[in-house]
Amino acid sequence: MRPGRPPLFLARRSYRVQRLRDGARLLPVLGMFLVLLPVLWAPDATATRDTAPDGIYLFAVWAGLVAAAALMARGLGGDASEAETGTAAEGED
Amino acid sequence: MPFNILVLACLAYVIFLFLVAFLVERRAAEGEARWLRTPLVYTLSLSIYCSAWTFYGAVGYAARSGLEFLTIYLGPSLVFVGWWWVLRKLVRIGRQQHVTSIADLISSRYGKSNLLGVIVTVIAVVAATPYIALQLQSVTLSFGVFATATSPGLVPPDKDSTAIWVAVGLALFTILFGTRKLDANEQHTGIVTAIAVEAVVKLVAFLAVGGFVVWGVAGGPGDIVARINASPIADWQLEPGRWVGLTALSAAAVICLPRMFQVLVVENADERHLATASWAFPLYLMGMSLFVVPIAVVGLELLPVGSNPDLFVLTLPLSQGRGGLAMLAFLGGFSSATSMVIVAAIALATMVSNHVVMPLWLHLRPAHAVSGDVRRLVLRSRRLSIAGVLALGYAYFAVSGGSAALAAIGLISFVGVAQILPAMLGGLFWRGATRIGATLGLCLGFAVWAYTLFLPSFGPDAAISAQVLAEGPFGLGWLRPRALFGVTGMDPLLHAMFWSLVLNTAAFCLGSILTFPSPMERTQGAAFVNVFEADQTGPRGWAQGRAEPEALLVMAQRILGDEAAQSLFEGAARAQGKVGYLPDATPKFVEDLERRLAGSVGAATSHAMISQLVGRARVTVEDLMAVADETAQIKEYSARLELQQDELTRTARALREANEKLTQLSTQKDAFLSQISHELRTPMTSIRAFSEILMEADLPPQMVVNYARIIHDEAIRLTRLLDDLLDLSVLENGSVQLNLSLASLPEMIDKALRAAGNTRPERLFAVQRDSAAEAIFLHTDADRLTQVFINLISNARKYCAAEHPELRIAVRQKGGRVTVDFIDNGAGIAKEAQALVFEKFARLTDETRAGGAGLGLAICREVMANLGGTITYLPGQGGAAFRVTVPLRLEKAA
Repeated sequence: MRPGRPPLFLARRSYRVQRLRDGARLLPVLGMFLVLLPVLWAPDATATRDTAPDGIYLFAVWAGLVAAAALMARGLGGDASEAETGTAAEGED
Repeated sequence: MPFNILVLACLAYVIFLFLVAFLVERRAAEGEARWLRTPLVYTLSLSIYCSAWTFYGAVGYAARSGLEFLTIYLGPSLVFVGWWWVLRKLVRIGRQQHVTSIADLISSRYGKSNLLGVIVTVIAVVAATPYIALQLQSVTLSFGVFATATSPGLVPPDKDSTAIWVAVGLALFTILFGTRKLDANEQHTGIVTAIAVEAVVKLVAFLAVGGFVVWGVAGGPGDIVARINASPIADWQLEPGRWVGLTALSAAAVICLPRMFQVLVVENADERHLATASWAFPLYLMGMSLFVVPIAVVGLELLPVGSNPDLFVLTLPLSQGRGGLAMLAFLGGFSSATSMVIVAAIALATMVSNHVVMPLWLHLRPAHAVSGDVRRLVLRSRRLSIAGVLALGYAYFAVSGGSAALAAIGLISFVGVAQILPAMLGGLFWRGATRIGATLGLCLGFAVWAYTLFLPSFGPDAAISAQVLAEGPFGLGWLRPRALFGVTGMDPLLHAMFWSLVLNTAAFCLGSILTFPSPMERTQGAAFVNVFEADQTGPRGWAQGRAEPEALLVMAQRILGDEAAQSLFEGAARAQGKVGYLPDATPKFVEDLERRLAGSVGAATSHAMISQLVGRARVTVEDLMAVADETAQIKEYSARLELQQDELTRTARALREANEKLTQLSTQKDAFLSQISHELRTPMTSIRAFSEILMEADLPPQMVVNYARIIHDEAIRLTRLLDDLLDLSVLENGSVQLNLSLASLPEMIDKALRAAGNTRPERLFAVQRDSAAEAIFLHTDADRLTQVFINLISNARKYCAAEHPELRIAVRQKGGRVTVDFIDNGAGIAKEAQALVFEKFARLTDETRAGGAGLGLAICREVMANLGGTITYLPGQGGAAFRVTVPLRLEKAA
């Protein structure tokens, strides 16, 4: 925290926290889309057997979600009290 | 591998778990367990989601339905990745309200309704029983695998006795560590740590088997991909309905399963742990499912046709001669089963004891809420419930024969607990959700689930007859359990899930919209939905000072234990600035205490116990109305005071006016007296003067006669004055006697004109009369009225200064009154004098005085008042005009 310009610093920081929360809300939606995507693939269209590629795709999605959640969790769960005040101020932006 | 070594290993493992739990509990008791409740332990404890169903069943599931098994793990992963939506709120509410179970959450949200607690408990127990049976089955099966593989000389125990031993052992372990004490937060540090250890064991075991399969049996990942594509699993085709449905189902189950709720919410030591779990738990799930397909593929390839794919995890290493690995896998499966059963038993036992046993006991023996030993009762009921839950599981296992595929039983259970989801999510996000809506939804969903999925799962003719299954009850085709409302094309599981959840949600929403929640429900609803809003204290419901602090302490000791209760009370007393153990029973304190007790015995029970001491339930509408009544009374009282004050002010004003009047009257009296004495003195002076002259001798007789006449005249004047005064005083007192009779108005006027003719008889006076209008008979005092007329006429004769004086007498009858106007053609009376003419001694001019004392009109006014009429000056008539108004008929009373 630089002592010179705390207001700008804080605003930017809380702005980032807000966007991080938006991301946390959107992540499961993205995950749902990716997980349900195989439903739209037409298995009969291709002659090749695609169970293994399907599995690899799903695990890749899974790993991606875990990685994204892990990155976000660091910013979201760091301080419980901060999360609380942040929620109260949610209407601000 | 010898069977007895296996049993030994099992025992050693169990003893190891005992030791872990025991040591941790001891550390926790010493207050050093903080480091044990880390995000890692929390995440690992969540792994009870992966029961033996996962450990053994996933491989079997994959062997049967390909990648579909992944949905069971993808759903929960999405829920955890999206923790910001639901889990965060759930955990916050759980911590804030000291929720002890999912039944407690629902009951607490909907106005601490115990009925809802009972319903959720029943659903949970019914849904969990097959699941527990499943665990017993898997342990039994795995024992069976080793028994058949070992030396034929040793007779392996039969399935049933194995299951009994496992069930009894689990019950003992759970009772020992799950009900050692009644913790305020219902947290079991020892068990959670033991479960975390078990989570590591099963993950390591599964990864070891997977690693062996991929790198030991097959030639690495590339080879595995080739083998997968060559295996029958590759023929699997994704069914969109099942894919979506099962993902949603498992997502719902992960928050609704009682055991998951227990570790996720109840055992949560710190909300921040959830942030870690949000990615670490999906990672764990991914690890558990990574090698499922390879094991299934290799197992199908290597093992003889017809071997149970549910047991590939064990049989594959055994068939490859890896006894040690098989042992590890066995311990992993054993871990999964035991950890699930332990937590499920604790969660269910808490629910049963808090929502069924305790309320029942309180209801039967309400007096014991304070005097009885509640702690021991709660613990005993928990222990019995644990034993009961395991006994139920065993009974299901024994009855069903443990034949069905593992995965099928698990999914049936999932659909059962998913019925709680609408009431739970509705309660978290919708303030309009009501108790009745939740009750309807839960009951309907549960009934549909039982009818379409649970009961038919026992097979035809077991619970539902084959005929009903095929044709519907009473031949109603649209009520067939597997084709409700004619929906035939669906997979039975999806069909049951679809209809139960649709009807459940519809009943919940409709019930909530149509009913009105009680004040308690609305309070709790607001507290739940707005849990993140700052300063969530909520309205205090307990009335001030109704509870004896000592009684509260006695009760709290019975539930929390002496030490905990005393330190709680001491702290509260210190916070209130008091010394000792007894704080004032302020509403805030009672509320806090209720929440603390709720952590041990559930919200509904704690509320019931407190209300027995405090005397009544929270603020009811009646209370509010009573308060409103009091307020109204106070307002009324102050309004009365105000009214009184107004009256006093009015009285004071009246008194002041009366005083002014009195002062005025006194002045008037003084003026009157001086006037009277003046009037009396003038004649007296002349009488005295002339009588003195007469006393002198030798006066000529002519003068004597003259003086005597003057004296005589003056004496007459005096007498008349005194007569008038007497008359006036009689009239003013109202004590005058009236001679009421019927009299003719023209006669009275005639008489008056004749009598008044004496006044200045030398003047010629023209009188105009209207004899037609005058023809009226009056019921009045004729003499008095005539006196007034005489007065008025003689006044006219005296004062009318016109050259040809004229008097007009106009009579008019209007309503019940008669007006007689006397109008002359003189100069009239000046405007400022008009008000004075009726006053005593008012004389306008002295020049034409005719012996009057100025009392005439005053007497007229008094006479008219006595006759019920008026006399007024009538301005604007060209001369002096007086109007006399008399009632046509004067009654005696007037």
